[in-house]
Amino acid sequence: MRLNNRALSGSECTRPSVWALLFVLSVMNLSVPALAGRADYQRPDIQPPPANNQTTEARVALGRVLFFDPRLSGSNWISCATCHNPAVGWADGLATGIGHNMTTLSRASPTVLNTAYNKFQFWDGRVRSLEAQALGPIVSDTEMHQDMDELIEELKAIEGYRPLFDAAYPGEGISASVISRALAAYERTLLTTDAPFDLWVKGDDSALSDAAKRGFALFEGKARCSVCHHGFNFQDDGFHNIGLPSHGEQDPGRYAVRPIRAVMGAFKTPTLRELARTAPYMHNGAYNTLREVIEHYNSGGEPVEGLSPMMQPLGLSTQEIDDLVVFLDSLNSINPLTETIPVLPQ
Amino acid sequence: MKTRFYALFATLALTISGAHADDVIVDQIDKTFVIDGTEVESLTVSAGDSVSFRNSDPFFHNIFSLSATQIFDLGSYPSGESRSVSFDKPGLVEVECAIHPDMYMTIEVE
Repeated sequence: MRLNNRALSGSECTRPSVWALLFVLSVMNLSVPALAGRADYQRPDIQPPPANNQTTEARVALGRVLFFDPRLSGSNWISCATCHNPAVGWADGLATGIGHNMTTLSRASPTVLNTAYNKFQFWDGRVRSLEAQALGPIVSDTEMHQDMDELIEELKAIEGYRPLFDAAYPGEGISASVISRALAAYERTLLTTDAPFDLWVKGDDSALSDAAKRGFALFEGKARCSVCHHGFNFQDDGFHNIGLPSHGEQDPGRYAVRPIRAVMGAFKTPTLRELARTAPYMHNGAYNTLREVIEHYNSGGEPVEGLSPMMQPLGLSTQEIDDLVVFLDSLNSINPLTETIPVLPQ
Repeated sequence: MKTRFYALFATLALTISGAHADDVIVDQIDKTFVIDGTEVESLTVSAGDSVSFRNSDPFFHNIFSLSATQIFDLGSYPSGESRSVSFDKPGLVEVECAIHPDMYMTIEVE
């Protein structure tokens, strides 16, 4: 047997200092278990951009303009921001998206906030990078319905775009690759800002109410939310079938990417940040309120094909559900990321 | 006396046949593959060896491969359980967790 090791990961490198801190705190008679929990929720680095798309101001600037430009769609009517609207948590406020020709799509538009932390993109995780993700909706028949060659010609004909592309990707011209990289560079800057929970993680005990603290204890304990929703972005880069009610045929979800029985009807664990601005919830927009979401988990989910064995009735009381809702409300940015819609090049 | 005889017989039988298949234990810890406490991304075994995938995380894993060399699906199993697969055909086997696909390793079967 021969094996190849991975380099020591960042979390392993920092572990000794965490233990040292915990030792000091325990000597000071502070609440060690609670603080150990907090360390798991500190903001990490985003996933590193690819070598050919290191973030620069010019790339972000170009990506920002492209993101808001409806000329990226076949109808010249739909931009990325149509479904990822900064006014509604960088999602669309709908149960499921609306695409080309007012087609109702089968899945909800997820927020683009914090997608820079994800190792997989789309609800079914079919691509890993933001670059690969960015072109998907543009050329999708039902979403932006654009022909890529046509789009490139259209953008080349817009004089005002030329200096933006030249500054961002000198000598590369306008291509599908450049468009996708610019959009990805911009999306890497779309991050949530400090929520009350983050202030608490940093040590401000007054940042969370008692109800929120009880909710967090339930989140990590009896309610078992943290089994999948853990770490700063409250997700696990994993895919689970949580037994949602569905009308009509079951969406195969991750199974379409990896035909393994366990992921029939499974979808990527979404972030729990900015929930106040991103209802309805779940991949199919099944629920309008967080209470409905928690009641779903409390029931153990519907007995659908592929239901995760981790879905079990929780036995949460009304008071416990209230506390969990208060905790989830503490994950909303205090000063949410805002954006000014750019003037489009002509 | 009888026990000793059977033990001797078994040893002789193994020696004569030359059979010696290893069973490598691959742990799943913090959503990574780990052998003897070290995170791994590849492993080389001999044809006939088996690998036991032990779930040491507090949640379910589901190890599978859709490689041309060998297709298998060990199913979803909880913390503390272990499931084993034998590798008989030489070649490269890509191994993934269906639930946490960032868990990926290759096994070269020689």
